[in-house]
Amino acid sequence: MQFAVMIYESDQDFQERVDPDKGSAYRGAFFAYMKVMQEAGVYVTGVGLEGAARDTATIRIRDEKRVVQDGPFVEAKEQLGGLAVIEVESFEAALEWAARCPAASRAGVEVRPLMGG
Amino acid sequence: MTEIDFESLARESYGRVLAYLASRTRRLEDAEDALAEALISALRVWPLSGVPDRPEAWLLTVARRRLMDSLRRVKEVPVDMQLLSDVVDEGSTAMELPDERLPLLFLCAHPQVDEATRTPLMLNVVLGLEASRIASAFLVTPSAMSQRLVRAKARLRDIGFPLDIPPSEEAARLPFVMDAIYAAFTTGWEEGPTAGDELWELTDEAVHLATLLADRRPDHSEANSLAALCLYLDSRRHARRREGKYVPLSEQDVAVWDRLKIARAEQFLSRAAMQGSVGRFQLEAAIQSAHAARLYTGRTDWGAISALYGFLLERYPTVGGIVGNAVALGEFIGPDEGLDALSGIDESKGRTYLPYAAARANLLKRLNRNEESLDWYLTAQGLASDPAVRQYLVEQVSD
Repeated sequence: MQFAVMIYESDQDFQERVDPDKGSAYRGAFFAYMKVMQEAGVYVTGVGLEGAARDTATIRIRDEKRVVQDGPFVEAKEQLGGLAVIEVESFEAALEWAARCPAASRAGVEVRPLMGG
Repeated sequence: MTEIDFESLARESYGRVLAYLASRTRRLEDAEDALAEALISALRVWPLSGVPDRPEAWLLTVARRRLMDSLRRVKEVPVDMQLLSDVVDEGSTAMELPDERLPLLFLCAHPQVDEATRTPLMLNVVLGLEASRIASAFLVTPSAMSQRLVRAKARLRDIGFPLDIPPSEEAARLPFVMDAIYAAFTTGWEEGPTAGDELWELTDEAVHLATLLADRRPDHSEANSLAALCLYLDSRRHARRREGKYVPLSEQDVAVWDRLKIARAEQFLSRAAMQGSVGRFQLEAAIQSAHAARLYTGRTDWGAISALYGFLLERYPTVGGIVGNAVALGEFIGPDEGLDALSGIDESKGRTYLPYAAARANLLKRLNRNEESLDWYLTAQGLASDPAVRQYLVEQVSD
C-alpha cells in the first residue's frame, strides 16, 4: 500500500531550514530520515516545498470569473512543507514511519493513502 | 480536589469494582457502562461533598444500582441478582472489597483475544484507560483502537467471559499475562517521553499491573522477576533526561535514580530467586540489578553483565538481547568483540532497528572507522522518533 507522509512546517521551521547557523542541523535531520526510508526500501518518491512566503498563489474560478490571490489555499500557521510517498504493508506501518519524521515533534505530519495505492 | 487525585483513586478502584460486577453478571460491557456512569457521578459529587471514606464502596454502590437497572431492562439475562444485592449492603458498610482483578487480567490475555490487543485490553478493562489515550501510546488511531477493543470484548462475550480459570490452565496462561504487561512497560518506556502527556506515564500503569500480579503470586518466580525488571528500569526514569537532553544509562547520575523503586525491585528479585527456577524475566532483571549496583559501587561490572547476557541469549535469544550483549562486550573486552557479537543480526535488519544502529555506530567510532560510524549514526538518527534521542545521536558524531 502506498501512503503520502505530508510534512507540515511552521513559519519558524521554514526560516530555520535556511538559517546559516541552524539550517544544516535542520536539513540533516530530514536527510537522515529520507536515508533510512530508502535503506528500508519503503521510500517511493518525495518532494520538498519552499515556504509559502514567495511565489505562492491560489487560483479559483467562480461564475466564469478567475480570481487570483496571494498565498496558500488555506491560511494557517502551518503549511505543507513537503511530502514523501512510501510503500508499506499497512496503515499502521505508515504511522510508524511518520512518527520518525523530524516534523512530528515540530508542526506535525499527516498520513494519507494514495488513490488506488 | 485535583484531577490527578481523582485519577489515581479511580484507577485503583476501577479494576476492583469492575471485576466484582463483571464476575457476578458476566456482562463486561454493561458493567463498564455502569461504572463509567458512577465515575461521572463521582466527578460531579466528590468535589462538592468531599471524597468518601471508602471511595470504592461508593463507586460500587452507584455502579451496581445502574447495572441492576439496565439488566432488569434486558430480561433474558441470567444474573445472580442475589449476589449483586449482597454487594450493596456489604459495599456500603465496612466490607473490604475482594480483589478480583487477577481473573480480569487473565481474561484480557485469553487465547481468543488477538495478541496485539491483549495489552490495550488490560489497560482499558483493568485500569479504565480510554481508547484514545491507549491509541497514542501504541501509535494507532483512536478509532482503530476503539474498534480493536470492541471486537475483543465481543469475542469474549461470545465465549461467555470465562473469568474462572481452572488451575490447570492458569499456569499456561500466565506467560501471556506477563508478556502483555511487559509490552505495556516497554511501550511506555520507549515511547513515553514522546507519546505521553505529562501527567500520564504508561510505565506507571505497567508497574502497577506487574506488582499486582507478583503480589498475588508471591511463589511465582517469573511474575516476581517481571515486577523487579519493571521497577529497576522505572527507577531511572528521571535520570534519562538532563535539562531536556537524553542521557544514556552509562552516563546517568545515580543520585537521580529512585532508591525506593530499586529497593522494591530487589525485594521482588530476591523473592523470585528463592523459587529455584530461572526464566527470561529473572535474567533480564538480574542484568538491570547489575546496572543498579553502580549506585553502591560507583562502577559498572560489565563482566558480570555480559555473563548474564550470555545466559540470556543461550536460552532466550532476542534481537534486543544480542545488542545488549554487544554493548556489554564492547565495554568489557573491546569494540572489536562488540562488533563480532552484533554479527548475530542481519545487517539489513539492523538498518531498521535503532538500538542496533546506535550500538554499531558507537563501536565503529571507537575503532576510528569514522566513515562507517557516520553512516550508522545517520541511520540511527533517521530511525529515532524521540527528538532528544535524535539530538544525542547528532552530538555523538561531532564528538
